[in-house]
Amino acid sequence: MPTLSEATSKRVLAEAGVPVLDERVVASASEAGDAADALGYPVVAKLCGDAISHKTERGLVRLRLATREQVEQAADELLAAARPEDGDVAVLVAPMVSGNRELIAGLHRDPQFGMTVMLGVGGVLAEAVKDVTFRLVPIERVDAEEMIEDLSMQALLGPFRGEAAVDRERLVAVLLGLSAAAQADPRIVSADVNPLIVAADGSVTAVDALVEVAS
Amino acid sequence: MSDARFHALFDPKGVIVAGVSNHPAKFGFVTLHNILASGYEGRVFAANREGGTVLGIEALTSISDVPAGAADLVFVCTPASANVELLKECASVGVKAAFLTSAGYGEAGDEGKRMEDELVALADELGILLCGPNGQGVVSTPSKLCAQIVAPYPPAGRIGIASQSGNFVSSFMNLSIQTGVGVSRAVSAGNAAATTVPDYLDFYADDPATAVSLAYVEGIRDGRAFFDRVRSIAERKPLVLLKGGASTYGQKAAASHTGALAADDTVFTGMCRQAGVTRAATVEEAYEAAATFATQPLPRGNRVVVMTTAGGWGVVTADAIAKTSLELVALPADLKAQIDTKLPPRWSRNNPVDLAAGETRDTIPELLDLITGHPDVDAVIYLGLGIQSNQARLMRQGRFYPDEGLERIVAYHERQDTRFAEAAAQASATYDKPVLTATELAVALPDNPGPVAVRATGKVCYASSNRAVAALDHLWRYARWRQRRGLS
Repeated sequence: MPTLSEATSKRVLAEAGVPVLDERVVASASEAGDAADALGYPVVAKLCGDAISHKTERGLVRLRLATREQVEQAADELLAAARPEDGDVAVLVAPMVSGNRELIAGLHRDPQFGMTVMLGVGGVLAEAVKDVTFRLVPIERVDAEEMIEDLSMQALLGPFRGEAAVDRERLVAVLLGLSAAAQADPRIVSADVNPLIVAADGSVTAVDALVEVAS
Repeated sequence: MSDARFHALFDPKGVIVAGVSNHPAKFGFVTLHNILASGYEGRVFAANREGGTVLGIEALTSISDVPAGAADLVFVCTPASANVELLKECASVGVKAAFLTSAGYGEAGDEGKRMEDELVALADELGILLCGPNGQGVVSTPSKLCAQIVAPYPPAGRIGIASQSGNFVSSFMNLSIQTGVGVSRAVSAGNAAATTVPDYLDFYADDPATAVSLAYVEGIRDGRAFFDRVRSIAERKPLVLLKGGASTYGQKAAASHTGALAADDTVFTGMCRQAGVTRAATVEEAYEAAATFATQPLPRGNRVVVMTTAGGWGVVTADAIAKTSLELVALPADLKAQIDTKLPPRWSRNNPVDLAAGETRDTIPELLDLITGHPDVDAVIYLGLGIQSNQARLMRQGRFYPDEGLERIVAYHERQDTRFAEAAAQASATYDKPVLTATELAVALPDNPGPVAVRATGKVCYASSNRAVAALDHLWRYARWRQRRGLS
């Protein structure tokens, strides 16, 4: 099934109310520099296109770019790394968000119950930890709040190692937004908001998103 | 569900047992026996091809010999091949509901499935509620009806049971005998060809005889429809669910990254939480949750006080509470001061309230009332019932009884434990709050006057404090689900 590009995925989710990172899609190195100047440093640059889904494995994600010069160089390299099978490509420039805590959220079509909203603890151990919870679309605010309560790792959601408690309102907005996106577009088969980074101030940001639609 | 045909199933004016037999091992004998032995007061008709007398009832060779309108339920023990004609005849004398124990239908391959579909269509055309086939039967204590091919007949009570597996109906009813918390209706859905578990639950949700539903389910045909049904049911009454075959679910659901994480029954768990359904992991947890819903008021909050006559129990119970949605509330200062006036200073002065053997004759009833009545306490767990009666038992059995003052002290201990159990029930009734009593004596020595008195008050005597905590946690989660959604 086709996946939407990262930028399109984020736009679809943002339109439904999922708070996603403020980012720019540009076609050249100088435009990338302008975008970075506007967003503020450091930034991240990624190559993005509908046919690209394994960016990290292909080295198409450049982190912690601190100057305009670094941004322009990265953009040149990314555009040069595009392969013919990638189709139309562009460079996505976004503020560099960092945090020690990662969550994941998404939409998943269950064979028995239909479309569900999912929230889980993210990071490299996510699949081993399996701290994850589901609700059926559509969800209400109270369901979203209860999903957050469901996670076993509540310690991660409170004040944690000198960092602030997770902004639950933003997390609720992510879950309600996912539910709304699924309702608004029945072609959506799945969505993966991964990672949802929790920064030191507790803010929650959808850094990457992938939406899969029925062909 | 206002369908009048469910009344024919659960409160029939009269019952026809079709396919009666003189052989005491045949379903047609056992069912008739169970109906007659359980005290059903409506008219009972027996029918078979051969005629004769079974259990003192003359078997009719034709259903048309049943006076029109005299029976509204038929219990079918005949082979599948006979049932199309049988249903037509039953409809013509006014039967509104049919329970089919007959096998050889959908569970028996393509031909069976075809016959089942035919039967469903026929029942629909005749306006008959079709239950089963391949089910164990139906029990309804308000009508003293035990129309089933197996034991037991449970005590009367307010739990409504529906199950995809007949054996779980028996299991739940056996637990009703053990706990003393009885059953209103129970039905085994069998193949559920026309009437499904949610259909029965929907009836229970509006049934004045039923306070809580308890269901066992395995396969679910349409998950989304199931969700809508159970949510609507939970909005009306508590629903406790035991789910089998959880592993069959998620296996298909491994497509995406998200899907990989869904490859277990977390989706089902989430669905239950969203719908307000109480999901239990084991048979006894399911029954005790239902029995607690049936016999305790819903808590208004999650603040629990544990009152114990011995320290260790309190510690373990505090540990159990820490893993739930319940809060082991810090003892309010005014309550602490009031307890100070009732106990020597060595009591725990904290929650759990450990009496540290400082109690005298009236302390326990007084404290149960004080603690339960405090506005900052939502529920109480009471531990330590029956200890003195257990000593009394040893004294009664020993060679010194009744001399040496033993007769008097044994009677005193037994009277006291009875009082304590009654005080717990009284405090619950006075303040409309859950008060749960737990002791292993409930199962180790169920004739101990403590557990006996708890059962006499209509409540469960939990076999351990962990089980009491689990039951109370279920009550609070459901109460909270209602509160958060503005349901009264």
